[in-house]
Amino acid sequence: MEKRTLFSNKGLGIALVVPQVLLIFTFFYWPAGEALYWAFTLERPWGGGNEWVGFGNFAQLLTDQVYWNSILTSLIFAFSATALAMAVALLMALLVDRELRGFRVYRTIMVWPYAIAAPALGVAFRFILAPEAGFMAYLNHAFPGLWNPALNGGQAMIAIVIAYVWKYIGYNFIFFLAALQAIPKSLIEAAAMDGSGLLRRIKDIQIPLLTPTIFFLVVINLTDSFTDSFGIVDLMTGGGPNRATELMVYKIFFDGFKGLDYSGAAAQSIILMLLVIGLTVFQFRFLERKVHYK
Amino acid sequence: MKRVLLGAAGAAALLALFSANGFAGGKTKIDFWYGNSGDISKRVQEVCQHFNESQKDYEIVCTSQGTYAGAVQNTIAAYRAGQQPTIVQVFDVGTLDLMLSDAYYPASKLMADEGYKVDWNNYLPGIRGYYATSKGEMYSFPFNSSTALLYWNKDAFQKIGKSEAPKTWEEAAADMKALKAAGYECPLGFNISADESWQYLEQFSAVNDQPLATKDNGYGGLDAELVFNKTKFVQYVTDLKSWYDQGLAVIKSKETGEEMVPAFAAGHCQMILTSVGDHGTIGRTASPDMHWSVAMLPTYAGIQRKSSLVGGASLWVLQGKTKDEYKAAAAFLNFIAQPEQALFWSTVTGYIPVTKTGYDFMVEKGFYKDPKYQGREIAIASLTASDQPSQTHGTRLGGFLQIRNEVSNGWQAIFANKVSVQDGIDQMVTRGNAILRRFEATYKGKQLP
Repeated sequence: MEKRTLFSNKGLGIALVVPQVLLIFTFFYWPAGEALYWAFTLERPWGGGNEWVGFGNFAQLLTDQVYWNSILTSLIFAFSATALAMAVALLMALLVDRELRGFRVYRTIMVWPYAIAAPALGVAFRFILAPEAGFMAYLNHAFPGLWNPALNGGQAMIAIVIAYVWKYIGYNFIFFLAALQAIPKSLIEAAAMDGSGLLRRIKDIQIPLLTPTIFFLVVINLTDSFTDSFGIVDLMTGGGPNRATELMVYKIFFDGFKGLDYSGAAAQSIILMLLVIGLTVFQFRFLERKVHYK
Repeated sequence: MKRVLLGAAGAAALLALFSANGFAGGKTKIDFWYGNSGDISKRVQEVCQHFNESQKDYEIVCTSQGTYAGAVQNTIAAYRAGQQPTIVQVFDVGTLDLMLSDAYYPASKLMADEGYKVDWNNYLPGIRGYYATSKGEMYSFPFNSSTALLYWNKDAFQKIGKSEAPKTWEEAAADMKALKAAGYECPLGFNISADESWQYLEQFSAVNDQPLATKDNGYGGLDAELVFNKTKFVQYVTDLKSWYDQGLAVIKSKETGEEMVPAFAAGHCQMILTSVGDHGTIGRTASPDMHWSVAMLPTYAGIQRKSSLVGGASLWVLQGKTKDEYKAAAAFLNFIAQPEQALFWSTVTGYIPVTKTGYDFMVEKGFYKDPKYQGREIAIASLTASDQPSQTHGTRLGGFLQIRNEVSNGWQAIFANKVSVQDGIDQMVTRGNAILRRFEATYKGKQLP
């Protein structure tokens, strides 16, 4: 029997809800509504008039090869970043969960990267991965022409994935570790006594019991890699070389804020929103079936 | 008596509370937002301080917005919320956005309304030509102004037996080969990001008398079209690419690890093309034993050199302020136009004076004779190289930051051998024209002043 607190006073309940609703309305629905309106017009940056163009903005985007390239680039980035950030974090969490020597230190240190702001991170990795300075310069010295993200699009993509993953490993790690520690030790010990090895225990006990966490992290990681990546791109590659790292969210930022094309950026953010919603619905519909909550 | 004072103070505090730009202690307070950061930002603050100390009726509060684009973005957001500053610095290529808005108070009108006589012909022709409307009227005040120059390392050139900078690109190519043969790894340091569109496309086209777009580079109307895929620019990119392939020209960018200005100052690269605004930085950071100088941008052989373009930003006064605030703005703009301020400004930054009287004053004071500043007069010579303002006295094209991005993407495809030079440039022009048409549609029915 759950304990519930009931308000006998309806007015008080409503009064308590109003601030929250107002906040959501002001900071979410209102701007989103504005963006929706701009997406169907040509908005002048300084105000003073806008032209209704219907689906013109969307038509222009969707007939542009470059925009499709940007969608593809975003998908590649999102899936590789999510896969890598989760796999590494899971591995680290499994290791820390074994309580090897010094695990308390790792546990604290591994959370730190998440606290670093994207711009600082971008600058740091730009230096680390620069072909003529920093760490990669040594490799380039040994193998000339091996690494040059300034002109090689594939390598530029690898560079931003590394920087992004480095940050999100810490985030995923906390969730995985918390979930692992919530698994009753008796289960693992019983399996160990029955003679199952480490890998067997991971595969048959820990991973199945982690599925709710894995599912949660997949959803969060995918969404964030679509929306939270522009700071890193802006500092490390600026979308280049030759649009190889022009993620959808970076293009929105560039066209809207730098190019002052508010309507084009609004239309792009609607498309991005639909894409993320679509992916999330897909995950809940098909992936969640494999999740064991109890 | 005490009570009256308290009351007055209270009223003043209230006023200040209710209007951010209210009166404080009898002074009219106005805001000025600018985009410079770092050392230049400190210098702007000094100018503001000088103004505040020079009189007691007005107080200007100057706030850096971090970047040029940031200053424009933040001002747009503030303007839409009715909280705009009185004066804002808008960078060269943002001029058109302002001109087409209803957000500004034309500089020429403001000064006339406030009773200041401004001789607009006193502004250097290249600078006036860039910011003026097609009818020659000034809507904003040229502020920090620069142009592109060739920086060259005298020590390295001495090794190849030369005491002068190359005047043509043919000569420059020979010098690069000689420098390479003499063991220099980076005869010409360059880059292909959107920022370098300024030197390698816009300035190049100006000094070589090549158009960027029809309709007088856009001054004649919003329906201008890019044409630089049919000009000397194609040969220039072809040459750059071949120098790059031979290792004569080296890409120096933040992505590769060292940008071209530090690379030149450290002696790693022997030639770079950059703004005269970097003159001060290089002077401060280069080793005192390194001998270097500046020269006008090379042209192609057989071309009559034209004036280079002014770069930098101008100051706009915005609508929706009180009469007193406009008085303060006019006083400030009048203050910074004084020759003494030009001397101070050009001494502490690398920027050039914007008026003839400012320039003459600096010559008279012996500024250009000081070995520390020697060579900066070449920027003025470059801006005034031809009497006739050429067909390329500026660029007035919409969405120009996006067009620069297209130029950069085209270059990156060309230099990574993804497309041929001509195809790459055709692509820049095609995509750039789409941006221009979108801009034109956004301002449908608006007449370019």
